[in-house]
Amino acid sequence: MAKKRIVTATINGREEEFLCQPRQTLLEILRDTLSLTGAKEGCSNGNCGACTVLVDGRAVNTCMVLGVEADGTDIETIEGLAPGDGLDPIQEAFLGNAALQCGICTPGYIMAAKAFLDENPNPTEEEIRFAMAGNLCRCTGYDKIVRAIQEAAEKRAGQPASCQKETV
Amino acid sequence: MRDFDYEAPTSLADAVGLLTKSNGTARPLAGGTDLIDHVRTGRVSADLIVDLKKIPELMVLEVNDEGLRLGAAVPCYQIYEHPGILEHYSAISDSSNIIGGMQIQNRASVGGNLANAGAAADSTPALIALSATVVITGPSGTREIPVDEFCTGPGQNVLESGEIIVELRFPPRPAHSGSHYRRFIPRNEMDIAVVGVGASVVLDESGENFVSARIGLGAVAAKPFYAQEASEILAGQPVNDETIQKAGAAARAVIHPITDMRGTEEFRNHVTGVLTERVVKKAVERARG
Repeated sequence: MAKKRIVTATINGREEEFLCQPRQTLLEILRDTLSLTGAKEGCSNGNCGACTVLVDGRAVNTCMVLGVEADGTDIETIEGLAPGDGLDPIQEAFLGNAALQCGICTPGYIMAAKAFLDENPNPTEEEIRFAMAGNLCRCTGYDKIVRAIQEAAEKRAGQPASCQKETV
Repeated sequence: MRDFDYEAPTSLADAVGLLTKSNGTARPLAGGTDLIDHVRTGRVSADLIVDLKKIPELMVLEVNDEGLRLGAAVPCYQIYEHPGILEHYSAISDSSNIIGGMQIQNRASVGGNLANAGAAADSTPALIALSATVVITGPSGTREIPVDEFCTGPGQNVLESGEIIVELRFPPRPAHSGSHYRRFIPRNEMDIAVVGVGASVVLDESGENFVSARIGLGAVAAKPFYAQEASEILAGQPVNDETIQKAGAAARAVIHPITDMRGTEEFRNHVTGVLTERVVKKAVERARG
């Protein structure tokens, strides 16, 4: 068995140190070692996006990242998104628009939407649909998700930047 | 996943040393969007994974008077956002913008797409159109080969044991040149090309005549390839529908498509003609600025 490595990463603003076998994916580390079970295992081959988290601000499929590759990175997961006293505007918009049914894809969608809106705060519907191409939802038929992301963009635009960034 | 070891060397020499000295199968890792999936499913075996992303030479991205240097492990998102690539090498931007979705583009590299040697690789026809040179380093030194000689068959390439792609080099773009890559897929995004066409054209000062052209085709043979006849037919000809149709017909004449779940041989044949014409026209539009 390959030697375990000590990996240090900032996860949701807190520095975490964990032991990691090279064969473990970042998804396995998040879920099994760190008990951050928001990111889900869907397809395990980069199609469904259910395991999406942000690594150094960019959305990645954690089923296709090795845990050891996360050393020194800054990771944001769905668990760190909501500020202490409520929900993030994207989460609120998903709830308000009923943009989820079974919920398996939702954490991946919300983190992908966050990465996308951070880069493109005022997207068109077409841009949203293209950006969310790497996330699959088998329940909603997508329209409600697209509407939620549109509404989240509007809400975020109406908020001062300092509130958007505030986390626990 | 099956057990393997992991190293992330910071120099080319160390990487080549690790890949060469490994007792078992050593695999280089860039974005991992093919490799990690293949290791998980058992399609490829790995006793050692050598992460190349900490090696500066593989992360180079430079556009200047000498052309473009594109490190083999640079992720797609850095490529399609790069102003120099958008302006002068837009076919590469086109292809790296449609490889997978956002999550894949944040990890996957053009060098890895080439090394994977898929017949339908989206970036390879663009690299062929833009006359890329592949810089390879390994235990017996560094060598350079034209990109159209890199792939040798489905999933097969010229890399010898211990060798890796360091970077792709592109010559500077002449005046009045333009390029484009487009693929046909039945969806809007996140799919594998049924046919992929990359084209680069150089026009004369008037913008009315082709000086030269290069067309790369993907998903219509065992490997992406340079469509020589279709390219040469355009040289010295006026820019009009008739000449461009001739290039489309010449492209159809050199393909060897298969019938699979994505399309029949007949369909691929038809689409190759249509797409070649459209891609050449778009490259002309860009060349005219």
